[in-house]
Amino acid sequence: MTSYAKDTGSEFPSVSSYRDLKVQESPGYWAMVRKRILRDPVTLISAAILLVIILSAILAPVLAPYDPYVGNIMTRMKPVGFEGHLLGTDETGRDMLSRLLFGGRLSLIAGVVPVSIALLIGGSLGITAGFFGGLVNTVIMRVTDVFYAFPSILLAIAICGMLGTGLFNTLLSLTLVFIPPIVRISESVTTQVRNLDFVEAARASGAGSFALMRYQVLPNVLAPILVYTTSLVSLSIILAAGLSFLGLGVSAPAAEWGLMLNSLRQMIYIDPVLAALPGVLIFATSMCFNLISDGLRSAMDVRLKV
Amino acid sequence: MKHDIIAEPGILEVSNLHVAFGRPKDRVSVVNGVDFSLAKGEVLGILGESGSGKSVMLRSLMGLFPRRTHVTGHVRLAGQDLLAMDKKTLRNIRGRDVSMIFQEPMTSFDPVFTVGRQITETIRRHDGVSEQDAQARALELFELVAIPSAKSRLTNYPHEMSGGMRQRVMIALALACRPKVLLADEPTTALDVTVQIQILLLLRELQREMGMSVVFVTHDIGVAAEVADRIGVMYAGRFAELAPTRAAILTPRHPYTRGLLAATIHGQQRGDHIETIPGAPPNLAHLPTGCAFAPRCGRSVAACTEKMPEMTVFGKTHMARCYNPEPSQI
Amino acid sequence: MIGQVPTTGADRMQRILADARDRGGPGQPMLILKDIKRHFPIRKGVMNRTVGHVQAVDGVSLTVMKGEILGVVGESGCGKSTLSRLMMRLVEPDTGEMIFDGDLVDDKVGLTTRRLRRQMQMVFQDSFSSLNPRMPIEETIAFAPMMNGSSRSDAIAAARALLDQVGLSAAMFARRYPHELSGGQRQRVNIARALAVNPRVVILDEAVSALDKSVEAQVLQLLIRLQEEMDLTYVFVSHDLNVVRYISDRIAVMYLGRIVETGSVDEIWDNPRHPYTQALLASIPSLDPDRRTMAAPIYGDPPNPINPPSGCRFRTRCPFAETCCEMHDPAAVTLPGSSAHAVSCHMENEASGHSRVGTNARIAEVTQ
Ligand SMILES: Nc1ncnc2c1ncn2[C@@H]1O[C@H](COP(=O)(O)OP(=O)(O)OP(=O)(O)O)[C@@H](O)[C@H]1O
Ligand SMILES: Nc1ncnc2c1ncn2[C@@H]1O[C@H](COP(=O)(O)OP(=O)(O)OP(=O)(O)O)[C@@H](O)[C@H]1O
Ligand SMILES: [Mg+2]
Ligand SMILES: [Mg+2]
Repeated sequence: MTSYAKDTGSEFPSVSSYRDLKVQESPGYWAMVRKRILRDPVTLISAAILLVIILSAILAPVLAPYDPYVGNIMTRMKPVGFEGHLLGTDETGRDMLSRLLFGGRLSLIAGVVPVSIALLIGGSLGITAGFFGGLVNTVIMRVTDVFYAFPSILLAIAICGMLGTGLFNTLLSLTLVFIPPIVRISESVTTQVRNLDFVEAARASGAGSFALMRYQVLPNVLAPILVYTTSLVSLSIILAAGLSFLGLGVSAPAAEWGLMLNSLRQMIYIDPVLAALPGVLIFATSMCFNLISDGLRSAMDVRLKV
Repeated sequence: MKHDIIAEPGILEVSNLHVAFGRPKDRVSVVNGVDFSLAKGEVLGILGESGSGKSVMLRSLMGLFPRRTHVTGHVRLAGQDLLAMDKKTLRNIRGRDVSMIFQEPMTSFDPVFTVGRQITETIRRHDGVSEQDAQARALELFELVAIPSAKSRLTNYPHEMSGGMRQRVMIALALACRPKVLLADEPTTALDVTVQIQILLLLRELQREMGMSVVFVTHDIGVAAEVADRIGVMYAGRFAELAPTRAAILTPRHPYTRGLLAATIHGQQRGDHIETIPGAPPNLAHLPTGCAFAPRCGRSVAACTEKMPEMTVFGKTHMARCYNPEPSQI
Repeated sequence: MIGQVPTTGADRMQRILADARDRGGPGQPMLILKDIKRHFPIRKGVMNRTVGHVQAVDGVSLTVMKGEILGVVGESGCGKSTLSRLMMRLVEPDTGEMIFDGDLVDDKVGLTTRRLRRQMQMVFQDSFSSLNPRMPIEETIAFAPMMNGSSRSDAIAAARALLDQVGLSAAMFARRYPHELSGGQRQRVNIARALAVNPRVVILDEAVSALDKSVEAQVLQLLIRLQEEMDLTYVFVSHDLNVVRYISDRIAVMYLGRIVETGSVDEIWDNPRHPYTQALLASIPSLDPDRRTMAAPIYGDPPNPINPPSGCRFRTRCPFAETCCEMHDPAAVTLPGSSAHAVSCHMENEASGHSRVGTNARIAEVTQ
């Protein structure tokens, strides 16, 4: 079966002569996105700050001047800049800087891991629901709606309370919390793309469901879903911190920003700067994720021509 | 209708109007030096392709600009410069002395109020009359724009009306305070042909009765020919040609006008040759020096790519920006 | 409406019949629609209850001859796009049947949708949303052939050849993305995409409506050239009568989901019989400042397709409407002396009881 254009003879060269045609490469979509991001100072600065936070969390064992779990009764609650302790010490005399560095590890894990797993599960469910529509859609979306009815913080508390404390349970409960909103977004984005004319046109070209999904729908839905998911990371960090703060997340000696915020609570009158430090980091990290998400969103909007 | 457009100062005088958007380093010049004078009772049709700056130009005649807009030039309405006015005076003038009809009437109404309420509010704000008088006037306006069963229609919400009806209400709203100048931005483009002709005839009739001046923007030559006394052809933010309707259509002098007329499909049959204009309109961020149409023009000469030609006057009322105009008889 | 005069010249018909895929022979229309209906349910509320139906296409019968260009005109919302999608089977009809070159289109007993779409393609109304924003245009064009078994390198080479044929230099444009093209260029890509499977019929849904006047003429000439070179059959859907007149051999006039009149371009233009056709023609702006339109041919807006008028759908705006128009749907009547001019109006039907039967009533007489 020959299913390409006829050689019309006269005016145009034959099809085979196009095999080795030198074509001008177009910078393409992602190059444009990159160019736009490079021109967006807010996103760039957020990314730089976030990079510093991530690197210092990874390099915590190297960077930390003290053991984060060993305190010294003699040097309790010393202010910022106290000899040898750059950021002071906490209520049991442990070095704040070291604890904040190590705490970043748990907080970042709590931010990224549940959202990533939820993205895999929720994204697949949502895209499936949007792509196939009909009964599949109804079943998936109605089940999602049930979970969606609760505010996320309540849901997290409820699940965590049921499962018990500990890092694994925190991650599990947060994952469950983030699946419904991701399903929602994925479903609505997919439904939208699915009804665009180019998908119809591809369907009219005889493509099966798999090819439609792989070549037409997926490349167009992944980006917006990813952007939305990035903005959830900040929420996840805050929720994890909140759970620890309430005593439902990771427990006592562990260094985690939310937990630190909780145990430094009593010090707010003695040394407010010290007590606020973990909070500032939680805020900064989640803010960075949010700003990056916003920057990506506007950089990826094709209709905003350069 | 004949107007001596050059001698008498018109009701609306626009001179050297420039509008640009964006920061200096990525500036997009959308309007690049527009001059015209609109006589009392005259209908000026502005014709141009998508992106030629018609809407931006029309909005600047009401002093409507988005943020980060760079404007120079003068827009004088009955002698007063709109661009030099403070916000409050401008707001008072809008709707009273000059008002506007938009392409998509749905977006210019408030969906939560009935159309009658929106009209009476406008009348009361500008004329300060009683609620009763305003309602009577609204009913009168509805009858004026030929809305059947006007009284019950006043209680409709915008979404309850068809496109043609909404456009009539839009016109009623624009005429509520008997403006001196009416600006119409493609008021019939979204409508069906059988409805379009009704609206065009209505506008023509109201304009004649009220002695209004109208600036009518469209991309359809046929529509311009139906309503305009004079036609200005816009290309890349400038008038390429400005001439009485008859002359603009029958003896265009600018190659772009002629090309546009030749490429317009109207009455040709299968097999008739249609001359097309090669290429596409220029990118406003990188306008060529010289005439913006030169790269697509079959009559361009060396001078065209060097310097923008000035408006040349042919006869009393016919002008075109061209170094090598079409002969006066085709 | 079967048995029409072919509008295609003998040479061209020879070439069309030489196509290995031709089955029906010269007398067999390329496409026949018989009483096709499609009503969209309107759902409301949490229970998704159906509260009504949009009668988008309501009993359309239509014949497309081999090698001709059939123009379909009508106002916004009259069902033109739905009709196009029905022909492509992107929307399934509620009732009615479609016959493609003699074969019933039916996935069980006849020509399958998949095989139909190898012979029939469509160009969509919106040039932007009909191209995948994440795909270089050559891959968009090559997509269909690849889905139908061509190798990637064959399909890409053919796509590039097609780009040159539609007037876009392959060397410059092949790897570009839709957002890097102008409206006219995107529509050329859409045309190339439709041609990539080497179809026999192309449905063009408002293919030039969104384009600027100077570009519109370029694309129309391209379409005409391709039709002649590739011996295609077109169904050209548009709301612009001038454009339809220029490109078509025959015209079908649509109003609220039904065809009200069909005939050759000349017959429709010189002797429009349905009052709606007459109104449409009289509504075209004149382009002659000395002969401006003085009176609107008809008043009011088209009614809502959710609750269309009973009987003849045009009766609410028709100056000649009588009780019979309200009571009965007018059937299509072929005018005597012409084999291809058919009108669905009671005034053309002896048996209808309309007082103006046979008077050749003109809307212009009423509006003057
Ligand atoms: N607020 C804005 N910021 C930047 N660019 C703008 C803005 N508004 C309009 N433009 C640009 O100005 C140019 C002219 O726009 P305008 O709306 O006046 O065109 P137009 O002639 O009315 O076209 P159309 O027929 O499509 O309505 C376009 O290229 C548009 O992208
Ligand atoms: N999938 C759908 N579901 C519900 N209603 C629909 C659907 N598709 C079309 N319609 C309705 O059917 C009617 C006909 O639509 P269609 O798009 O076929 O009109 P059209 O003649 O192409 O109009 P236009 O000139 O505006 O493109 C409209 O009232 C529209 O709202
Ligand atoms: Mg505009
Ligand atoms: Mg349509």
